[in-house]
Amino acid sequence: MSQNQEIRCTLSVLVDNEPGVLARVIGLFSGRGYNIESLTVAEIDTKVSISRISIVTCGTPMVIEQIKAQLRRLVPVHDVDDLSDNSVHVERELALVKIVNTGSNRIEALRIAQSFRAHTVDSTLDSFVFEITGTSSKLAAFINLMKAIGDVEIARSGVCAMSRGKISKLKQRDDML
Amino acid sequence: MEGNTETNLTMSGADAILRVLEEQGVEVIFGYPGGAILPIYDSLFKSNSIKHILVRHEQAAVHAAEGYARSTGKVGVVLVTSGPGATNAVTGLTDALMDSVPIVCLSGQVPTHLIGNDAFQEADTTGITRPCTKHNYLVKESEKLCSTLHEAFHVARSGRPGPVVVDLPKDIQLSECIYISRQDRHGRRYKPIINPDKSKIIEVAKLLVNAKKPIIYGGGGIINSGPEASNLLRELVDLVEIPTTLTLMGLGALPHDNKFFLGMLGMHGTYEANLSMYNCDVMLNIGARFDDRITGNLKEFSPNSKKIHIDIDPSSINKSVPVDIPIISDAGSALKELIYELKKLKFKDSENRIGVWLTQIDEWRSKKCLDFNQTGKIIKPQYAIKRLFEKTKNIETFITTEVGQHQMWAAQYYGFSKPNRWMTSGGLGTMGYGLPSAMGVQIAHPEKLVIDISGEASFLMNMQELSTLKQYKLPVKVFIINNQWMGMVRQWQQLIHGGRYSESYTDSLPDFKSLAESFGLEGLRAENVDQLDDVIDQMMASKSAVLCDIQVAKEENCFPMIPSGAAHYDMLLGPEDKQNKKVSKDGLALV
Ligand SMILES: Cc1ncc(C[n+]2csc(CCOP(=O)(O)OP(=O)(O)O)c2C)c(N)n1
Ligand SMILES: [Mg+2]
Repeated sequence: MSQNQEIRCTLSVLVDNEPGVLARVIGLFSGRGYNIESLTVAEIDTKVSISRISIVTCGTPMVIEQIKAQLRRLVPVHDVDDLSDNSVHVERELALVKIVNTGSNRIEALRIAQSFRAHTVDSTLDSFVFEITGTSSKLAAFINLMKAIGDVEIARSGVCAMSRGKISKLKQRDDML
Repeated sequence: MEGNTETNLTMSGADAILRVLEEQGVEVIFGYPGGAILPIYDSLFKSNSIKHILVRHEQAAVHAAEGYARSTGKVGVVLVTSGPGATNAVTGLTDALMDSVPIVCLSGQVPTHLIGNDAFQEADTTGITRPCTKHNYLVKESEKLCSTLHEAFHVARSGRPGPVVVDLPKDIQLSECIYISRQDRHGRRYKPIINPDKSKIIEVAKLLVNAKKPIIYGGGGIINSGPEASNLLRELVDLVEIPTTLTLMGLGALPHDNKFFLGMLGMHGTYEANLSMYNCDVMLNIGARFDDRITGNLKEFSPNSKKIHIDIDPSSINKSVPVDIPIISDAGSALKELIYELKKLKFKDSENRIGVWLTQIDEWRSKKCLDFNQTGKIIKPQYAIKRLFEKTKNIETFITTEVGQHQMWAAQYYGFSKPNRWMTSGGLGTMGYGLPSAMGVQIAHPEKLVIDISGEASFLMNMQELSTLKQYKLPVKVFIINNQWMGMVRQWQQLIHGGRYSESYTDSLPDFKSLAESFGLEGLRAENVDQLDDVIDQMMASKSAVLCDIQVAKEENCFPMIPSGAAHYDMLLGPEDKQNKKVSKDGLALV
């Protein structure tokens, strides 16, 4: 692969859930001119206040290495895992898709939703809200179809990701304490 | 958390803060009071273990702390109030971040219940300083106060050092809090790698002794590692006899008169250093970061060398220059291992190993790229610094600088034999750094000769600190290379902007001698070359702070120079050199 070619990369970052930590991560990306395609964050261990941030970014291999090194340099960052490193990982995203339409398009919307295994989480006489999970590209395909048959409003969660197989090394908390 | 050994030692937040400072070995802090930090000032009033130096501007407090830190290796501590106190400190913090200086800056903040209300003198200090600190904290609970402060010191001094801000709301300073000692602090995060991968060191040792055209390129990481690292560098150079160059930040890591020292490299580095970098086959970078002042045009940077990079900061490695052997380590420990491995190897002396290379380098040296002619009565700036060096070289002298031509001339013509004797703003290039920095150095070394080599324009940026010098009887010498221009700006305008000297003349200068006298200090002036030595002698003999107005040739340029965007072989050696080489379009956009 060429050194100048941009690659897409998914990073999983374990951080202390403390004030300012997200600003630090985002500020690093904007301050150094890196891209953020998507970013999700939530606390995953309330006892020790650890959050996982999943970041989808792109850049040349050298830039991606820089991003990882810069992230690791932040004091509240405990671990940066490049999930694209060995590509054996799963990625999921959730979207809420509201569609407003009538008549046969309304039935078509339901049918498409079914084939995408989307759930109907709300309906009125002229609207549905579907919940769909899957890869980002599956979500995009679904949304595109919906747009063809009605007025659409979208909320997407951003990518959530983890490696397959064995438990990844969340270093012993004792070691961090 | 382990048990608290001193159970339930309660005190006010402000008292606890001072106690943390004491426990962390802090002897002096540089600060400026204000409403949001008054409880700490109150505690300071009652305690006498820590000396407080009242500066005249918060930027100067940070630079003074930097000077203190860089000349001692200790953490420099700053105390400022909220709002304007904190924002005034921002330039200093950025400077410390760029030059990896360990600083802990305590800032007052409005009480927690008012945060976010646009209260009087409220500023989002952690927000503002997030990108210009290594780390920062807002302490919102008094239970976290002591641990946070201990961690702040740990972060500031470990790994690649840097500035840390702890923002302290006034109610936290006034609250009752249980003291937590250094060893009992909560949290044990941030553990940078400091020891090198052994197998890589073995590889490096072999590469070095088998190289035909090796060079060692050392930087501020060696200085930051502590004086022992500089001793080890000298030992390494004496052992393998490899030509060595140092960055602006690394000066002093190898004695200037070492046979294998090539001088400084980079934009205003020596001909021999830059050409050796370009032509080498093995480059060992220890504690430097391939800064753009060093590399020039990246595409043409040392195209045929195998590069080894030892750095304590993994993000410095492969950032701009891809390297063959990356080694994450403290400079000192890597040097130690490397010497150990080298001693196991058999190799010939330099003459028989790399004789051709050394001859080639001697040829470059013979260009004598730093030569200048002191003719006539007008003092050449280079000559002024050379004389200053000659007269002070046999006593222990600490040099700080401002930013501009005088800074580069100081780097070129003042020889350093030891680390921690040279304090200059490298990464940020902050005019106004030198005077407050010298103040901090003098506080740390009261008996030593401390000189700020200054430019008349830079001096004006923090000259209020003359008052601080007076108050604390700090005998700092300010040696102003007065060319009546923002010389470095004028030089760029001359070489790159067709001689259109837009706003670079320093008009309406004060009479520096009377200025010094008005602060109760001594002022001296040298108008021609016959007065120069006398002025230096008088300056050195004085027990007071002295402001020397050294009136030099106005339009001297600083050479050698690699114009921005050019390659190492594209140096301008002197004024005659300029016509042939045009700055490229890309180069024009560079700074
Ligand atoms: C705070 C700040 N503002 C602007 C600059 C840009 N700058 C770099 S050198 C220089 C001129 C410095 O003039 P002087 O202190 O007289 O030094 P000289 O170059 O004449 O030796 C300026 C304006 C800077 N480095 N720092
Ligand atoms: Mg000047």
